[in-house]
Amino acid sequence: MKKILLLLFFSFLLPKIYAQEYFPNNESVQNKTTNFTAFTNAKIFVTPTQIIEKGTLLIQNGKVVGAGTNLTIPKNCTTINLEGRSIYPSFIDIYTSFGIEKPKGMSSTERNPLYDTKRVGYYWNESIRSEINAYETFKYDATKAEELLKAGFGVVGTHVPDGIARGSGTLIALNNFERKNQLLSDKITNHFAFTKSATTTQSYPSSLMGMMALLRQLYFDLDWYKKGNSTTKDLSLEALSNNEKLVQIFATEDKLNSLRAAKIGKEFGLNYVLKGNGNEFERIEEIKKTNSKFIIPINFPEAYDVSDPNQANQMELKDLRFWNQAPTNLKILSDNGIVFALTTDKLKKLEDFRTNLLRAIKYGFDKTKALEALTTIPAAILGKSNEIGTLKTGSLANFVVTSGAIFDEKTILYENWVQGNKFVINDLTTKDIRGNYDLTIDNEKYKWKINGEISAPKSEITTVDAKKVNSKLSMTNNWISTVIKPIDSTKTSFTRLIGYIEDTQNLSGKAVLFNGNEVKWSAVKTSAFVKAIDSSKIEKNNAIMPTTFPNVAYGNLKKPTTQTLLFKNATVWTNEKEGILEETDVLVKNGKIAAIGKNIADASATLVDAKGKHITSGIIDEHSHIAISNGVNEGGHNSSAEVTIQDVVNSEDINIYRDLAGGVTTSQLLHGSANPIGGRSAIVKWKWGAPAEEMLYKDQPGFIKFALGENVKQANWGTSNPTRFPQTRMGVEQVFTDYFQRAKEYDLSWKTYNSSNKKGKAPRVDLELQTLAEILNKERFISCHSYVQSEILMLMNVAEKFNFRVNTYTHILEGYKVADKMKEHGVGASTFSDWWAYKFEVNDAIPFNGPIMHNAGIVVAYNSDDAEMSRRLNQEAAKAVKYGNISEEDAWKFVTLNPAKLLHIDDKVGSVKVGKDADIVLWNANPLSIYAKVEKTLIEGVVYYDVQKDEAQRVAIAKERNELIGQLLQEKNKGMTTQEPKKREKKEDHCDTLEE
Amino acid sequence: MIYKKIYLVVLILSVSTVIKAQQTPAVKQSKSVLILNATAHLGNGEIIENSAIGFVDGKITLVADARVIRLAAGAYDVTIDASGKHVYPGFIAPNSTLGLVEIDAIKSSDDEDEIGAMNPNVRSIIAYTADSKVIETVRPNGILMAQITPRGGVISGSSSIVQLDAWHWKDAIIKENDGIHINFPSTFKRSGSWFEPGSIEANKDYSKQILELSAFLSNAKSYLGASSKERNLVLESTKGLFDGSQTLFVNANEEKQIIDAVQFAKENGIKKMVIVGGYEAYKTAELLQKNNIGVLLRRVHEMPENDDDDIDLPYKSAKLLTDKGVLVGLENSGAHERMNTRNLPFLAGTCAAYGLDKEQALQLITSNTAKILGIDAQCGTLEQGKDATLFISEGDALDMRTNKLTNAFIQGRMISLETHQTKLNDRYKTKYNQK
Repeated sequence: MKKILLLLFFSFLLPKIYAQEYFPNNESVQNKTTNFTAFTNAKIFVTPTQIIEKGTLLIQNGKVVGAGTNLTIPKNCTTINLEGRSIYPSFIDIYTSFGIEKPKGMSSTERNPLYDTKRVGYYWNESIRSEINAYETFKYDATKAEELLKAGFGVVGTHVPDGIARGSGTLIALNNFERKNQLLSDKITNHFAFTKSATTTQSYPSSLMGMMALLRQLYFDLDWYKKGNSTTKDLSLEALSNNEKLVQIFATEDKLNSLRAAKIGKEFGLNYVLKGNGNEFERIEEIKKTNSKFIIPINFPEAYDVSDPNQANQMELKDLRFWNQAPTNLKILSDNGIVFALTTDKLKKLEDFRTNLLRAIKYGFDKTKALEALTTIPAAILGKSNEIGTLKTGSLANFVVTSGAIFDEKTILYENWVQGNKFVINDLTTKDIRGNYDLTIDNEKYKWKINGEISAPKSEITTVDAKKVNSKLSMTNNWISTVIKPIDSTKTSFTRLIGYIEDTQNLSGKAVLFNGNEVKWSAVKTSAFVKAIDSSKIEKNNAIMPTTFPNVAYGNLKKPTTQTLLFKNATVWTNEKEGILEETDVLVKNGKIAAIGKNIADASATLVDAKGKHITSGIIDEHSHIAISNGVNEGGHNSSAEVTIQDVVNSEDINIYRDLAGGVTTSQLLHGSANPIGGRSAIVKWKWGAPAEEMLYKDQPGFIKFALGENVKQANWGTSNPTRFPQTRMGVEQVFTDYFQRAKEYDLSWKTYNSSNKKGKAPRVDLELQTLAEILNKERFISCHSYVQSEILMLMNVAEKFNFRVNTYTHILEGYKVADKMKEHGVGASTFSDWWAYKFEVNDAIPFNGPIMHNAGIVVAYNSDDAEMSRRLNQEAAKAVKYGNISEEDAWKFVTLNPAKLLHIDDKVGSVKVGKDADIVLWNANPLSIYAKVEKTLIEGVVYYDVQKDEAQRVAIAKERNELIGQLLQEKNKGMTTQEPKKREKKEDHCDTLEE
Repeated sequence: MIYKKIYLVVLILSVSTVIKAQQTPAVKQSKSVLILNATAHLGNGEIIENSAIGFVDGKITLVADARVIRLAAGAYDVTIDASGKHVYPGFIAPNSTLGLVEIDAIKSSDDEDEIGAMNPNVRSIIAYTADSKVIETVRPNGILMAQITPRGGVISGSSSIVQLDAWHWKDAIIKENDGIHINFPSTFKRSGSWFEPGSIEANKDYSKQILELSAFLSNAKSYLGASSKERNLVLESTKGLFDGSQTLFVNANEEKQIIDAVQFAKENGIKKMVIVGGYEAYKTAELLQKNNIGVLLRRVHEMPENDDDDIDLPYKSAKLLTDKGVLVGLENSGAHERMNTRNLPFLAGTCAAYGLDKEQALQLITSNTAKILGIDAQCGTLEQGKDATLFISEGDALDMRTNKLTNAFIQGRMISLETHQTKLNDRYKTKYNQK
C-alpha cells in the first residue's frame, strides 16, 4: 500500500518535468520519464455509451494510451487497482468566466449619456468588443479550479462576459499542477449577448431591439469591411472577421431571446450555439425549430418561503410554477431531440451543480444523456471530440474515479484526473469501517456501532446492559481515534482509543485509560453496516404542473383552434353600408366571416344564442406599447429607423389576454417617442398562446414611428446639460430634412449600382437609411407622434418636399387647429378622446378634437397608448358621441374600421363583412356603453377570450396556486434552503418610457 | 351646439340669470328654482321617476314626486322642464389634487408635494387655485365638489373640501382641514439603488416604520395633553385626529397594511379613520365593517396589481366591499389624475357593470363619499335642507354614452358649463363651418 502511495506521489511530479522540454529548468536535475499508469479492475466509460466492465485504462504523458480488458501493461508502469470502481471522462463546461476579472462598471457620477465613442480604432459602438481575447486577460484561478474539479469538471471554456460582441473565448484544462499545460486553445469560441458593456456610458443601444439592429448592422459592416471598402482601420471588425471560424456562442438568457438570436443567425447564415436560461421548455416547439445547439444552466430556483401568506400572496403563479417545472427542462429538451451541453453558469455555488443535476434526473432526465451533455456534446460543439470528452486513445487523460454510477445519489467521487494529474476529491484509500463490533477495552465489553459516511464515520457505544456511553470518533489517513466519556457525568476523565486500521473486520490498538494507563483494545465486527433510511427524508417528486401557452396565469392548456360558430339573432354593427342590423345571424367558418343575414343555417356550426347581444368587428388599437420585451424606445440616437418592434414582440404578456377581454383583436405596437425618427412598428393580432412570430399580422404593411415635440427635444429631462441634437422644434425639422436627404442619396447610390449590373464597389448597407428610403419610395408609412399645430404643419411640409405623404398623425391633439391642412395633405389621425394637461404641449388639447377632424373629412381613430385604456377603447369611442355628437355608428368606427384604414389592413379586418377575417367580438350590451362587457373575442375564427372560460381559469389559478404553495411548504419542512418571496414589478410602457 | 340650445332654454326660463363669461363664478341664488319631471337619482339609493326638485337660497326645499305633489302657481320663480332627463346630486372627487398642479410636466405649476416626512401642518387649501383651467373641465361631467389633498412623505398634510365654482380658495371651502393624510409603510420595497434598481423584496423595516409613525403620534398626544410654553406647530396640527374633528386618511393597499393600519389607529386613539386605496381591502372587509371604517377605493379603471388576479378585480372591488357592508367611495388618484377627474362618473358606471346596481354605484361618488368625508349633513344627496349642488343630464350620467349635462348648480347658483375647451371647439367649428 505504502509503495503505491509513494509511486502516486511521484506521478504528480513527473509530467511537470517532461511537458516543457525546451523550458529552462532551475528546480532540479532533468528527470524525464515516459512511465505509464494503469488503472485496473475498473468500469470504464470510454464514452457515455461505450462501457468496458472490469477493464484497464492506460495513460501516459497526460493522455489516454488505451482502454480495454486485455491491454498489455508495459513494464515501466504504475498499476492502480480500482477494485471495481468506475472511471468517467471528466466534465466540460464551455460557458464560464473562469479566471476572468468581472469588468468594472461605471460609477454613478460617470453616467451622463454619451452619444459618440471615445475609443479610437475600434467599432463606433462600445458594446461591440469583438477585439477582446479572453486569453489575454485570463489568470488561472486555482481556488475556483478546485471547486470545479470537485464537481467533476476537467476542462472549461472561458470568456469575458461583457458587451454585445464579447470577443474570443479560450479553452482551459483545470490542471492545478502544471501551469504550462493549462491552455488548450487560445481562441476557440466567439461570444455574443444581449447585454451592453458595463464599461460604457454610451446611450446606444438602450433597448433589446436596438441591440438586435446593431448586430445586423455589424454583420453588414463586417462584409463591407472585408471587401476593403473602409478607408479607416477598425480592429473590432478585423477581430470579428478573424474569429468567424470559431464556435459562435450567443448568451440569450431567455427562451424568447434564444428565438431572437436564432433569427438573426438565420439572416446571416450563422448557427449560434445558444446559451439559454432554463426556461426553454416553455416554448419547446419553437426552440426546436431553431435547429440550434444549446448550452443550458441548471440554476433551478430555490423554493420560496411561503410560510407568511401575506408575502406569499405577492408571488405570481408564473414564478411559483417555474420553481415547480424548472427541473423538467432538461428532460423536455432531451425528449425533443435538442442537442445541448450543460453549464455551471448562474449557480450560486458549485456544489449545487450535482444536486440540481440529480434533481433533473429524478424528474426524468436520462443519465446517459446527462453524461453526454457534460462530455461528448460540449467536446463536439467545440470540435474537440478527439481530445476531450471521451477516454479514447489519444484523448487527454481527464477522468473521474467514482464509487459507482456517477449520477447515483450515493456515489462518491474520489478523484478527478486532469492531463494525468490526480486531484483528490475523497480519499480512495479510506477504509470503510462502518458496522457493528464487539469492543473490548482492558477486558471490559461494549457494543460499538459505527455508522455515518465512509470518510466521516460516527460512533455509538453502549455497555452490555445497553447503557449509552458518549463517544466521539475521528479518522484520518486510516488512523482511527475515539474519545470515550465516562458514564458518570460528574467525572471529567476520558478514555482515548487509537489504532491503525489494517483489517476492517478486526480493529485494534492502544487505549489510554482515564488514569493514564495504556492498555490494548480490540473490536471484532459482528455484522455489516446497513444504512438506516429515514423515510421522512426521502424526497418524493413534486407533481409537475402542466405547461400552458404562454406559461403564465390565464395561459391555454392547449393552443385554441378555429371553430365554426353561428351567432343567432344578434345586433350586428357591420361598419359597412348596411349599418347596424337587428336580429341578425353571423356565421364564422374557416377563420372567415362566412355569412351575415336572417335565418342562416349550418349543420356543422356550434350555435351561439346572441339574442339581445351585440356583435362587432374586433377593436383595433392603432397605438399600443404592450407586449414589448426590454424597451419600447431605442432612444440612444436621434434616429433609430434601423430598429423594429417586430423583433421584440413578447408573446407572454398578460396584457394581451386583458386586451382580448376588452375586445381588442389587433394592435399596432409602436416604438416610443424619445427620438424624432423612431423605430419600425409591429402590427399584431392577439393570438394568446401563439408564439410571437405567429402573432405578427401576415404580409403587414411597413410602418415606422416618428415623433415631434417635447419628448424628442428632451424638454422634460430636467436641467442637466443637453448633449443631443435636437433640443428645439427648429432642430427637429432639420433632423428630418437631413435624414431624408441622406436617404435620398443612399437610395440613389444603390439604384445606380443595381442598374449598372452591380459593377464596381457596392455601397455600404445602412439599415437606417434603407428604412428611410422605403418611406421615400412609398413602401413604408409613417405614424407620427404629434401635438401642436406648428410641428404638424412642419412634417407635412417636409414630406411634401420629399414627395411623400405622412400616413398617420398619432396623438395629434391640436389636429383640430389645422384639420383643413391635414385633409389637404391626406393624413389620418389617431388621437386620444379626452387627454390633456399632462404637459405644456397638450394645454390646448380638447375632447372635441376627434369630432372636429372627423367632420372635416379626416379618417379619425381613438387609440390607447396605455395598457389599461386599451381594454376600454369601446368607452373611448363613446366619448366621441358625448363630446362631439358623432353618431354611434360612426363613433364605433373610431376604434375599428378607421384604425384599420389607417393601417391599410381594412381589406381583411375592421368590419363585419362576408369574406373578411372572423375577428369579431360578442358583447352583452351596446358596445359604446359603460355597462357593456365582452363575452367572446374571436380572431380568425378562434375563440381567444370567453367569459365563461375565464371564470373557469380563475378557479384553476386559485387551485394551482394552493397546490404549489403546499409543495413549497413541504419543501421548507424537509429543510431545503428557501428564498424570500419576491414581488414582480408592474411596468406599463408609454410613448415616453425610457429604459435604464 | 347642444350647450347653446340649453342655455337658450334656461335664459327664457330665468330672465334674471345672466350667463357671464365662462369660469366666472355664478352669483348667489336669488330666484327659487324648480326642476320638474326629471328622473331624480337621490344619491341615497332611491329614484323618483317624475320628480319635482326645488331649491331656494342655495338649499334644497323640495324633493317630491311631481305626479303627487301640488304646488301653488308661482311657488318657484323659475321652472325647468326636465322631462326625459335625469337629476343627480353633484359628484364628489375625494383625494384629489385639482388646483394644486396645473400641468403635470411643469414643475413650477406643481404644488402637491412638500418635502419632509412628517408634515401634518401642511395645508393644501392655501395652494388651491380656484380658477385652474383643469377645474372648469371637470364640472361639465357632473363633478362639483372635491377634497383637495396633499401628497408625498409619510404624513402628507391636511386636506380641505371645496366646491368647484369659486373666486378663490376661501370662497371655495365647504370644510376646511377635514383630514390628515398618511402613507402607511409598505410591506414590500425595492432593493438596489436608483440607477441599478433591484427586485421588489419584503420591507425589513416595515415594523420599525410603523413604530416611528406611532411614536410621532404618541409624542403629539403627550404634547397636546399638557400646556407647553414653547409651541410645536407640527404636533399641534394633529389635534383634530384626537378630538374627532379631523379624519385620518390612511393610504394602504395590502391586506397586512390595512390590518396593521386599523390596529395602529386604535392604539393611537384616532377617532375616525378611512382607508385610501384599498386594493386588497376586500380581504379585510369584515374588520373594516366592524370598525366602521370607510374605504376610498382607488382608481377603478386600472390594471390588476398581479398577473394572477381576476382581470376585473379593480372593477368589482366596490361590489365585494359593499356586499360586506363596508362604506365605499371612489377616488381617482394616479397618472394624469387631475384632467382625468372628469371620468369619475364612469368609474362608478364600471362598478355598476360589475355587480352593483346603478343607484348603489351612484352612491360611490355621492352620499358614500359625503359620509366618508363627514360632509353628509350638507351634501351628497338630493334631500331637503341640503346644499342645492346638483345637475341635470340628458341621460344616465354614469355612462359616457349619455352623460350630457344641461344645467348644473352649486349651492343653488347655476354655474357655467363652458370651458376654454368649449370655446376652442366653437372657434374652430366656426373656422370650418361645422355645425
